[in-house]
Amino acid sequence: MEKVLMKGNEALAEAAIMAGCRHYYGYPITPQTEVAAYMAKRMPKIGGVFLQAESEIAAINMVIGTSAAGKRTMTSSSSPGISLKSEGISYLAGCDLPALVVNVQRGGPGLGGIQPSQSDYFQATKALGHGDFRRIVLAPASVQEMASLTFLGFDLADEYRMTVMILTDGTIGQMMEPVSLDFGEPCEAVKDWATVGHKWERKPNIITSLSLQAEELERQNVERYERYKVVEENEVRYEEYRMEDAEICVVAFGVCARVARNAIEEARKMGLKVGMIRPITLWPFPKDVLKKAAEKCHTFVSVEMSMGQMVEDIELAIRCQRPVLCCSRVGGIIPSPDEVVEKLQEAAKMGGKAE
Amino acid sequence: MKGTKQILISGFGGQGALFAGKFLAYAGLLQGLEVSWLPSYGPEMRGGTASCSVIISDSPIGSPIITHPDVLVAMNLPSMDKFEPQVNAGGTIIYDSSLISRAPAREDVNNCAVPATKMATDAGVKTLANMLLIGRLLREVDLADDEMVNQVLSKVVSAKHADLLDLNKQAIKLGYEYKE
Amino acid sequence: MIVFEKPKALTDAPMHYCPGCTHGIIHRLVAEALDELGVTGETIGVAPVGCAVFAYNYFNCDMVEAAHGRAPAVATGIKRADPSKIVFTYQGDGDLAAIGTAETVHSAARGENITVIFVNNAIYGMTGGQMAPTSLPGQVTQTSPYGRDPKTVGYPVKVCELLSNVDGATYLERVAVNNVKNVRAAKKAILKAFRNQLEGKGFSLIEVISTCPTNWGMTPQQATEWVDSNMIPYYPLGVYKDKYGEAAK
Repeated sequence: MEKVLMKGNEALAEAAIMAGCRHYYGYPITPQTEVAAYMAKRMPKIGGVFLQAESEIAAINMVIGTSAAGKRTMTSSSSPGISLKSEGISYLAGCDLPALVVNVQRGGPGLGGIQPSQSDYFQATKALGHGDFRRIVLAPASVQEMASLTFLGFDLADEYRMTVMILTDGTIGQMMEPVSLDFGEPCEAVKDWATVGHKWERKPNIITSLSLQAEELERQNVERYERYKVVEENEVRYEEYRMEDAEICVVAFGVCARVARNAIEEARKMGLKVGMIRPITLWPFPKDVLKKAAEKCHTFVSVEMSMGQMVEDIELAIRCQRPVLCCSRVGGIIPSPDEVVEKLQEAAKMGGKAE
Repeated sequence: MKGTKQILISGFGGQGALFAGKFLAYAGLLQGLEVSWLPSYGPEMRGGTASCSVIISDSPIGSPIITHPDVLVAMNLPSMDKFEPQVNAGGTIIYDSSLISRAPAREDVNNCAVPATKMATDAGVKTLANMLLIGRLLREVDLADDEMVNQVLSKVVSAKHADLLDLNKQAIKLGYEYKE
Repeated sequence: MIVFEKPKALTDAPMHYCPGCTHGIIHRLVAEALDELGVTGETIGVAPVGCAVFAYNYFNCDMVEAAHGRAPAVATGIKRADPSKIVFTYQGDGDLAAIGTAETVHSAARGENITVIFVNNAIYGMTGGQMAPTSLPGQVTQTSPYGRDPKTVGYPVKVCELLSNVDGATYLERVAVNNVKNVRAAKKAILKAFRNQLEGKGFSLIEVISTCPTNWGMTPQQATEWVDSNMIPYYPLGVYKDKYGEAAK
């Protein structure tokens, strides 16, 4: 299939349509507005629904309604808007409804800025709403992945009846790269639980997150976590780059992985044996491959646009066997390859000894 | 084209920096090269400077962000002031000398002054000074011949503005053939 | 000969409502309307957070339980997924007129083709009798122990009057169920609200003045009398908007 130049946000939107999503609900916020604008243009032409809701809260609840009715649906927003959606995302989990939620992150907390950021890592991977639940979190590092991971995300959401989040940032969202939109057929699940009217042919379907009997609520939580275990077994995704002889392991996702790639090239020219493990799924986190890397690498370097939120997950994955350095810029600033190289030189000098 | 070219195009919002970048990105794409195009975004786009970073390479592109451009296309003075010091030694600065009163101070770069706005106005393609500068750039960077220019324009000029195809072609030609 | 039977659109589950609470009557009226229109098998209801949170156990149609105040947004998502279905929300005053005000006003403004049953009993029942957005001036509740003082907490929200200024709303009527005559009028209004949806006429909301003897601190009989003496004077019954009705001509 011919490659076309597309913005990340637009490639994501088109991939969603190809995955069978015909219902998009959103609310304007920079820097994700292209997703909404693209949907507003396309949906009416293909018999789909684009609806600009009165708030992020309304938008996620419209997603709940359409998902309950058995249709593929999504919403997108940027950091402050995702905080508002977290109520609905918790209800999606409590109701075991599939949905795709996109966060084109910007700097925070509060209103923050509008430049790119990865500071919603904790929120996305740990606590996107109240209660015991998980989301699959996909982190694209190219326009191609914006499209392919979105397509995949709808399938995963259906298969595991859970929310899949695309966690990206303004850089990947706004940039254009060649993209191939050739994904084959989506795998839509049979949704016999959907509320579409019983036609007196079955008992009423009820979709609720309420469960006042403690034993029953516990049973539901345990069942959900058994499903999450299957996700952890089957859906971990990552990319290794020049890890074959690496002594220093960079861990980075999204645009930071792109920057880190340049830095690794530079560092290699200086004779440093550096490689990278790029998590594509932030949950489930690629724990096993990191743990294995700790056998050969003396130091880990997390490159991220937050104050080191991912460092904790790396430390956990490698059981704190090796030092984990952090190279980060925040507030909307992207670390430069030079800054990463500097951190890699520091790592080489330390040679695996704690600071 | 061999190797990697990092091109930064910068001007006021409305001068067409982003479109010019899109032209270059498509020229790379149609030749099977790796490309990335990254705009500055947000309020600075509304009235302030608008820039875009285009990387064209024969190998996979890492960071889409350009810290040290090989080629700077400066369409206004603030862009020249901001980005001149960042250009790689041995790189190229192409600038609209009808809007930027000063020449670049750098002596280790190749400077190309093009009175693009004046030339475009004289030729009756007033809004296409950006493409004039692109024409000049194509003389420095071996990215597109006449045939390729036609192909790319048919991709980036929307059907709604089909009447602008020939004007774009004309502007690129003017820039390409301009002699300092 | 059967002279009185349970509507098919209600399940056999025993309702949990307090003695003298009129939720049961309102459930029945909604169920009768669905049966009479023959749409129960094509209907999806959206339950609120509040005393009617378990409405999904009582209505014999597909049901979704929404977050507090979000029922109109959830209903929007269901209706947009398949506009041929009948979609209704069943909400209380805290749900609809406090935390869900935005969802209420904007689903009306969009002219969303759904039916909203709004149960106004001027108090938060489920949480134990706190002041509602519709509590009357002077009304004593757990969180207005000295009586609702408009000087500090403002005035009640009159939903039908408020929405009557929203162009997208099609049909707004306030009814009560505290006597036989009012119940009959309420039935007629609810039926019309569903018929409007079947005919694609857009957003209909029926505000039903209800009772809460438990939290009002009254006997059921006193409560029905209080509706006449206090509620209806503040919340006059009647049609507030009927875009396609007689008055509109």
